[in-house]
Amino acid sequence: MPQNNKTGENYPMLLKKITVGICASVFTIGLASAADMSGKTVEWTIPFSETGGSAKWANFFAPLLSEALPGNPTVVVKYMPGAGSTKGANWFQRQKDGDGTVMFGSSGSTQFPYLLDDPRVRYEYNDWNAVMASGTGGVAYLNAEDGKLFDGTANKLKGKKFVYGNQGATRLDLVPALAWDMLGMDVKHVMGVKGRGGGRKMFESGEATIDYQTSAAYLKNSAPLVEQGKAVVMMTWGALGDNGDIIRDPTFPDIPTFKEVCDKTDGCETSGPRWEAWKAFFAAGFPMQKAAFLPAGTPNDVIATFNTAFKKVVDRPDFAEISAKRLGKYPVYTGAAAGKALQNALKVSPEAKQFIKNYLKERFGVDLK
Amino acid sequence: MELLTLALGSLSEAWSLILQPSTILYLALGVVMGISIGVFPGLGGIAGLSLMLPFMFGLDPVFGLALMIGLVAVVPTSDTFASVLMGIPGSSSSQATVLDGFPLAKKGQAARALSAAFTSSLFGGLVGATFLTFFILVARPIVLMFQSPELLMVAVFGVSMVGILAGRVALKGLAAAGLGMMIAMIGEGPFNGQPRLTSYDYPYFLDGLQLVIVGLGIFAIPEVVALLRKGASINQRERLGAGWMDGIRDWWVNKWLSVRGSLIGVAVGVIPGLGGSVVDWIAYGHAVQTTKKKTEFGSGEIRGVIAPESANNAKEGGGLVPTLLFGIPGSGSMAIFIGALALLGQGELEPGQKMLTEDLDITYAIVWMLALANVLGTILCIALSNPIARLTNIRFVLIAPFVFMIVSFAAFQSGQNLLDLAALMGIGLIGILLRRFDWSRPAFLIGFVLAQPVEQYSNNAYQISTFRIDQGLQAVFEYLFSPIVLVLIVITVLSVLVGIRQAKNIQAEGAVPSGRKRAPFLFLSSLTVFTVWFMIEMYSIPDYAWVDAVFPVVISTFTFGCLLGLLALMILKPEQDLIFADRELEIGEYQHPFWRTLGWFAGLLVLTSLIGFILALAIFLLCFFIIRAQESISRSLVFSVSGIGFMLFMGWLLNRDFPPGLLQDFMNLPWPLT
Repeated sequence: MPQNNKTGENYPMLLKKITVGICASVFTIGLASAADMSGKTVEWTIPFSETGGSAKWANFFAPLLSEALPGNPTVVVKYMPGAGSTKGANWFQRQKDGDGTVMFGSSGSTQFPYLLDDPRVRYEYNDWNAVMASGTGGVAYLNAEDGKLFDGTANKLKGKKFVYGNQGATRLDLVPALAWDMLGMDVKHVMGVKGRGGGRKMFESGEATIDYQTSAAYLKNSAPLVEQGKAVVMMTWGALGDNGDIIRDPTFPDIPTFKEVCDKTDGCETSGPRWEAWKAFFAAGFPMQKAAFLPAGTPNDVIATFNTAFKKVVDRPDFAEISAKRLGKYPVYTGAAAGKALQNALKVSPEAKQFIKNYLKERFGVDLK
Repeated sequence: MELLTLALGSLSEAWSLILQPSTILYLALGVVMGISIGVFPGLGGIAGLSLMLPFMFGLDPVFGLALMIGLVAVVPTSDTFASVLMGIPGSSSSQATVLDGFPLAKKGQAARALSAAFTSSLFGGLVGATFLTFFILVARPIVLMFQSPELLMVAVFGVSMVGILAGRVALKGLAAAGLGMMIAMIGEGPFNGQPRLTSYDYPYFLDGLQLVIVGLGIFAIPEVVALLRKGASINQRERLGAGWMDGIRDWWVNKWLSVRGSLIGVAVGVIPGLGGSVVDWIAYGHAVQTTKKKTEFGSGEIRGVIAPESANNAKEGGGLVPTLLFGIPGSGSMAIFIGALALLGQGELEPGQKMLTEDLDITYAIVWMLALANVLGTILCIALSNPIARLTNIRFVLIAPFVFMIVSFAAFQSGQNLLDLAALMGIGLIGILLRRFDWSRPAFLIGFVLAQPVEQYSNNAYQISTFRIDQGLQAVFEYLFSPIVLVLIVITVLSVLVGIRQAKNIQAEGAVPSGRKRAPFLFLSSLTVFTVWFMIEMYSIPDYAWVDAVFPVVISTFTFGCLLGLLALMILKPEQDLIFADRELEIGEYQHPFWRTLGWFAGLLVLTSLIGFILALAIFLLCFFIIRAQESISRSLVFSVSGIGFMLFMGWLLNRDFPPGLLQDFMNLPWPLT
């Protein structure tokens, strides 16, 4: 049960902030030097509201980053929700302040419209400077009754009809949608569900019979359902290995991946254009789900400062422990590695793009021009 | 038995959450704010909560809840001051109190009326909390079975309540609710993302209008503008007098009336959408019906104070039921409450069935904070009755600019966009006109709030039933018409029938004079033009996105029908008919011209778009105090500096930016001028 620490944790924050702030404002006037960032405020904008996973992610890193940056500037998380996160990303594209005071956090929901040539997209990932990137995973699960038929393959699930609460065809939900279709399962999609939390509620009330959640949400809300026998876990989307193969998700080493299930299921192939398209969009949406950027035209020394700082955060001896609790056990890339990982995630072949566009049109009637 | 252990466990956890010094502190802060807001006529829970919204960001959930509950719980207690002492309803839920409370005050028995009212309020609040504690236990197993059709029916039930809110001309109320729904549907369609009444060239509207903006625009701005225009008359108030013990004795004599009033309050509160603006009238009506000697009513019958005051505090407890359990707000202020919940603790708390399972301790904490706030509020109101009564003497002209200041800040925080302020102004204007021509604003807000759940759940239910069709029609029917749904349908039909019968006795927003045809007719015509435009836009949504079009088409067509009916009525009926209600005719009430009053607010917004919020605010406050309030330069300076100081402090504390203007495009200014 969630308890008293709900209150205890943040209690002195407000007071502390007031005192610290008053002192700081007295001391920092005229003290700020050029080399370090003391007295400055890094505004880390995320294109979502306070309630989403990106908010949790940014708020997890913000205080750590503040400690790691030279001069310990204040790092505040700002929210700019709207238009499926394209509003914030379009805003960031226009930012010119490359002095380290403006930072942006994008997520899979920002990457998919970009990859699918959504008309609202006026941003270009290649212009930005990635300084950190981290991933997540996803877990699919079935209702208790149909779950009994799941034997590591989807063969016995084929005649069954499933209902899934879908947020929108062009969202991250397209990864599970395509996966289930590849397994030959008959999944009906209730479109327009609010957030994955909405999908989970439908599952809990019995209206939906299949669901998926990203790692953190699964651990928090769905794993208890599995423990109580109300749900049966089916598969994870896996993680990307060093050579680009799909391997077991490090957070859920005991759960088979979609690739394993697909291999064993009749008629599901882990090669060919369908598989490649699925893998490309999985790679774009999950293992590299969230990234922090500095705007176009940021000088190299500022980028280097942030790279070092994020590296310092990741190298903290307690990082594995504190991040596992709040973000799951996934690699966090910093510096050049972040840029490269992101490049890989966004390097979706034109064939895969076209395949997904056709798929969306035929399966969901969504026409992206 | 198992239930009882569960409840006791959660209850004790709830108390350990509440009984922490910091929780109590926040609760007390909320109570103090609630008392201050309730004392000022016109500003009720909706405006109060909207103003608090920007301060919810990132606050610990329990503290945020304490703050809000404290405020919500005591507004119906402290609004009695204005009702009794000045004859002006302190908020929408204490209008009936005026009828007998004010005459009592005129007879020099203000203290008696107030103490009877406070005691009743306290009692009502406690009854509400007790009821909730048990209701949650009983309802738990049923609520956990709710699926989309059930949730849809709860929302529809809420919408059906506009019948009773509609006031004297039912068609107007229905049309107001329809308009509220249409406003709520502006933006990207929830299913295919089809832009509705907007396009990708106007990105602002793609996200739809935020509840804060609509809440403030529809409720706060019209009241503030109207109060400002009334000017000095607000100073008149009766003396408190003696007789505090008499009032408590009165309550004791009428304790059973108070019990019944409280139960009425809880029951009305539970009904989604009905909310505060009618509960006092229903309780008052009950008091009249059950009193043998009816002649005293209207000239100082204490029973006419006890019944509505018991009810309006109890309703807050009832109102939490649909709000917490289904995420379907029980009233306007509960709608804002839901918005605030989302901001607290980064979405860890969400209304819905989870409030009955994992978060049962939080739910119980909310319930008992409500009770505690009522106790605190009553004690404060009685102990500090003299200074609080004196608060009502403050000229409203000195408060109004600060309200404008916070309203603008709150609106801007909802989207961090200058257009938020423009939208606030636009919606505010609509609110002012709705108020002027006596179109039900509660109905409008309920339409706005319930449009989303109705659309969402009807779509879910529809889609899922089509999936089940191959299991036979019976499977579909079993899904759509479960016993719970059937019960809800029966309740809805019954309440509509009762509602229509009762509506004529309920003046949700007080009496309004009627007059000439021209102005009301013009307003109606422009609403019709808007509706027609809306319909055309919705009908032209391409076929592949039909899911996004269905609901708006149905609602706008229905609204159009209501408006046509009203047009016909307006042509047929003679002048002075009820339908031509127009508050501009409240003779002698308004001492200041409308446009000049609104102009002040508009000036603040225009200035903001030019030179940024803080600079604009400095100029606005100073000018307002010197020119409009005719204060001395030195006092004006002090007021303005403290206003700006408060704003800066809050903005800094919450890491919030202030709206920038054109100037900031050309110059790099330091915070807070950015």
